[in-house]
Amino acid sequence: MQDIKAQVKSYIAENFLFGENVGFGDEDSLLARGVLDSTGVLELVMFLETTYGFKVRDEELLPENLDSLLAIEAYVRSKLDGRVPAAVVHPSR
Amino acid sequence: MTPDRLDARVLALDCSADANRIATTLREIVGRRFRRRGAVVALSGGVDSSVCVALAVRALGPSRVFGLLLPERESSERSTRLGRQVAQQLGIEYRMHDLTQTLDAIGCYDQRDDAIRRIFPEYGDGWKSKIVIGGGLSGQFNFFKLVVQAPDGRTFAERLPHPEYLQIVAAQNYKQRIRKTIEYFHADRLNFAVIGTPNRLEYDQGFFVKNGDGSADVKPIAHLYKTQVYALARHFGLPEEICTARPTTDTYSLPQGQDEFFFALPYEQMDLALWAHDHHVPVTALAAALAVTGDQAELIYRDIEAKRNAALYLQAPPVLCDPYNPVPLTTTASHTGVAEH
Repeated sequence: MQDIKAQVKSYIAENFLFGENVGFGDEDSLLARGVLDSTGVLELVMFLETTYGFKVRDEELLPENLDSLLAIEAYVRSKLDGRVPAAVVHPSR
Repeated sequence: MTPDRLDARVLALDCSADANRIATTLREIVGRRFRRRGAVVALSGGVDSSVCVALAVRALGPSRVFGLLLPERESSERSTRLGRQVAQQLGIEYRMHDLTQTLDAIGCYDQRDDAIRRIFPEYGDGWKSKIVIGGGLSGQFNFFKLVVQAPDGRTFAERLPHPEYLQIVAAQNYKQRIRKTIEYFHADRLNFAVIGTPNRLEYDQGFFVKNGDGSADVKPIAHLYKTQVYALARHFGLPEEICTARPTTDTYSLPQGQDEFFFALPYEQMDLALWAHDHHVPVTALAAALAVTGDQAELIYRDIEAKRNAALYLQAPPVLCDPYNPVPLTTTASHTGVAEH
């Protein structure tokens, strides 16, 4: 099984932090730590789609799926396994 | 002050007093601080630029205000018509420059359409387009959809990949930046200052183009909520069509409301939400005022903060890497400060 977390961390560090190690943890909110902003999220989405070959659906564009390394890893694994991700927007939300 | 109940009364102005106070400050900034002889205002036909030019006329008199109508081939006819009507009503000199040739020569339309065709290869002559915002109030991250309309009226929508989104917006931003170039030509020619027209929602949330409509020497209504700008428009007796119009961008070839491109809510609700956020009004009170759930009100606050965070770059003046400490001026020239972006 590919190391999704390491790949994503490497991408974020290289693209958003110019390769600097600012030491964010697996569970840290990337938004709260200022690593990701709204534009960065869309870049991250493109990275996930091109790297892992799936389409991120609009209703999956949620912090619960994309705001920490652990959340991203779980989200990518669910997509690769063909499962419904843990967090999707429901019509009533 | 937090009232018992959150509603539009928190935004009430004493229009006469507030207009006079802003006009006095504007005269001080343009004349004393910047030592310019008047003001240039680009007129979009919308309420913000119309109120700004009315304030400038009150501050400086009509002979010291120069208006510009700056349409291009995708502008609404209404923008030019209403802009001209305001200029004539206020008795100022004005001029129209059509930007189409300039924008065409610089590649604005081609660059944008190339990006659109990467999503919709059939896009071409007779097609129209716009971008609409998604997410935000459903708890999602904001994302953007490209909407295109074929000549036969069929419409198609697709979420924009990041590179195409950036290229379309960058190309469209040429429009605001070329407009500002022309405004400064006339400001330099006349020794006038340039008036920027953002209201509080736009300034606070970053709904402007850096070095485009975000550039100016003075921004007289950047502290006013949109509701308050409409109140001033009525105070000044501006055309009814301007006082009652819904805000649009008039930037894309398909009609586009500001609340489908950028703001998550119609302006009346955005005004209240922003006021409430800045006065620490609890989420429950905002929810009651807007008739939404507590979760939705929480998401509105979150969206305001996310956009405000993104606006920091747009608002920032150029940043120096090392301190710059010139000898302080000892003459009246020390009154010339640096315009806030």
